[in-house]
Amino acid sequence: MKEENVIISKGLTKRFGGFTAVDAITFEVKKGEIFGFLGANGAGKTTAMKMLIGISNPTGGEAMVAGFDVHTQQDAIKKNIGYMSQKFALYDDLTVAENITFYGGIYGLSRKQIREKRTKLIETLGLGEIAHQLVGSLPLGWKQKLAFSVAMLHDPQIVFLDEPTGGVDPITRRQFWEMIYKAADEDTTIFVTTHYMDEAEYCHRVSIMVAGKIEALDTPKKLKEQFEVSSMNDVFLRLARNIE
Amino acid sequence: MKVIGYIIQKEFKQIFRNKGMLPIIFVLPLLQLLILSNAATYEVKNILFAYIDEDRSASSRELIEKFNASEYFDVKASYVNYKQASEAMLKGEVSVLLHIPQDFERNLVRYKKTDLSITIDAIDGAAAGVESGYINQIIQGFNKKIRLELLSFSNGNSKPVRIETIPSFWYNTTLDYKTFMVPGILVLLVTMITLFLSGMNIVREKEIGTLEQINVTPIRKGEFIIGKLFPFWVIGMGLLTIGLILAKLIFNTPMLGSIGLLYFYTSFYLLVILGMGLLISNYTDTQQQAMFIAWFFVVIFILMSGLFTPIESMPKWAQWFTELNPIKYFVEVVRMVMLKGAGFTDILPQLIKTLAYAFVLNVLAVWSYKKVS
Repeated sequence: MKEENVIISKGLTKRFGGFTAVDAITFEVKKGEIFGFLGANGAGKTTAMKMLIGISNPTGGEAMVAGFDVHTQQDAIKKNIGYMSQKFALYDDLTVAENITFYGGIYGLSRKQIREKRTKLIETLGLGEIAHQLVGSLPLGWKQKLAFSVAMLHDPQIVFLDEPTGGVDPITRRQFWEMIYKAADEDTTIFVTTHYMDEAEYCHRVSIMVAGKIEALDTPKKLKEQFEVSSMNDVFLRLARNIE
Repeated sequence: MKVIGYIIQKEFKQIFRNKGMLPIIFVLPLLQLLILSNAATYEVKNILFAYIDEDRSASSRELIEKFNASEYFDVKASYVNYKQASEAMLKGEVSVLLHIPQDFERNLVRYKKTDLSITIDAIDGAAAGVESGYINQIIQGFNKKIRLELLSFSNGNSKPVRIETIPSFWYNTTLDYKTFMVPGILVLLVTMITLFLSGMNIVREKEIGTLEQINVTPIRKGEFIIGKLFPFWVIGMGLLTIGLILAKLIFNTPMLGSIGLLYFYTSFYLLVILGMGLLISNYTDTQQQAMFIAWFFVVIFILMSGLFTPIESMPKWAQWFTELNPIKYFVEVVRMVMLKGAGFTDILPQLIKTLAYAFVLNVLAVWSYKKVS
């Protein structure tokens, strides 16, 4: 992890009519950091993330992602980030290899680069035998690992993961986090939302959103000390309950 | 440009891998052309004919025999009174009733003049008009013959002088209905399949969630749209080709004009349809919604295209409305080029309107396609 900030948000806000979904959130994320973005359902995580990845226009505030402004340079942001959502976003009716080729292609990689990445990726994920099977026929855990690798295909500075391990078995979740750590070691910043509090413990720093605001932001260790509890689960419950 | 190539490649793979879609693309149009071209006809045949003959003379029988001999009339029954006959018409058993009064022959011989009554079931006004025309023809034929007989009776000096009109039917000399319908049905199938496929395509990516993934990539929306729609443009042209081959092989439809011109026009026409499909998918969230909206427009456009009913007989406001109907232009162009052998300058007005339409729709569609919400 380095001192350089790759995400800087200052008072970022999104309103839908009279409802404020994201209420002036301010935080920074460092290069190579694994940043956990927590919050209950409906707390505004997904809306905040959509503004950061450039598919939703902020109503107010400022944010820089990978050095570009979320108001005016959304296309530049998109070149420098990867994104993987809870909804599985590869094409079920294309094969593993075809999905890799397609996403490599639309990120503008050259034919040679795509070929190299494809070979390497299929090898690392151990998908050699099923590279020419339709993605729809793969188990969910494999699909999610593949989706993560595809989101990393163009070597982005930051990868946004929106509940990447939902519905995945513990072993696969473990393997998934190993992939995340490996990416972070190579200086890729990871911005991840999750509902699994054991996963929150794996993060370098964690923010917890409640009703559109960031109510807590620190390392898991310090948060536990601050709230005088033994697990992130209790930190989360403490904060979520306060608001009720 | 390279990016577009990757999208096109992906689209084609998906289309040809979709086992439910392929028959829709290639078998349905074929059936459409075969069934509709044979069934959708305005020729009025097998008219249910009945008569009341109160005269029972040689002349009345001769007149009835003329109807019997005609291929258009199917003599169903004879009734003794009008009440019986009108009941039969109410039930739909009879659609044309000839009433020959008593003294039909006597008046004819004595006064050279007689009365007949014809009753036509006019629920379908157009058919009734056609039937009335046939009846007139038969009665006139009968008249002419009777007159000759009567004249030869009285004095042989003065020969009847008659002016006869011999119509010459242009462009479709045998008045073959299929010649008229096949090019129209061709338009229909190219339009429908292309609109439905393109309308549902982008919505489908919305439904399965891949569109969000696409929106997070730096792809330009113009590239994405061209890549998505180009395969359907190709399919549209393919459908035209299949349709033309069938029209020639099965219906022997004349192809007087240049096929190249037809393809040239169609290549722009398809832009209108694709733009429309894209516009529909931008404003819908599910394939179901998209399908309903596309269907709504297709039905209106087809019924107001001049394919089945002539535009000239529509009310003025409706005629004005048909100016906004792209199918109308395509129907006109296909009929003009195939049946009349029209050239480039003949179809220029339609071409210009189609181009303008394509431009407006596509600008709207591209503008309303939002990568950012």
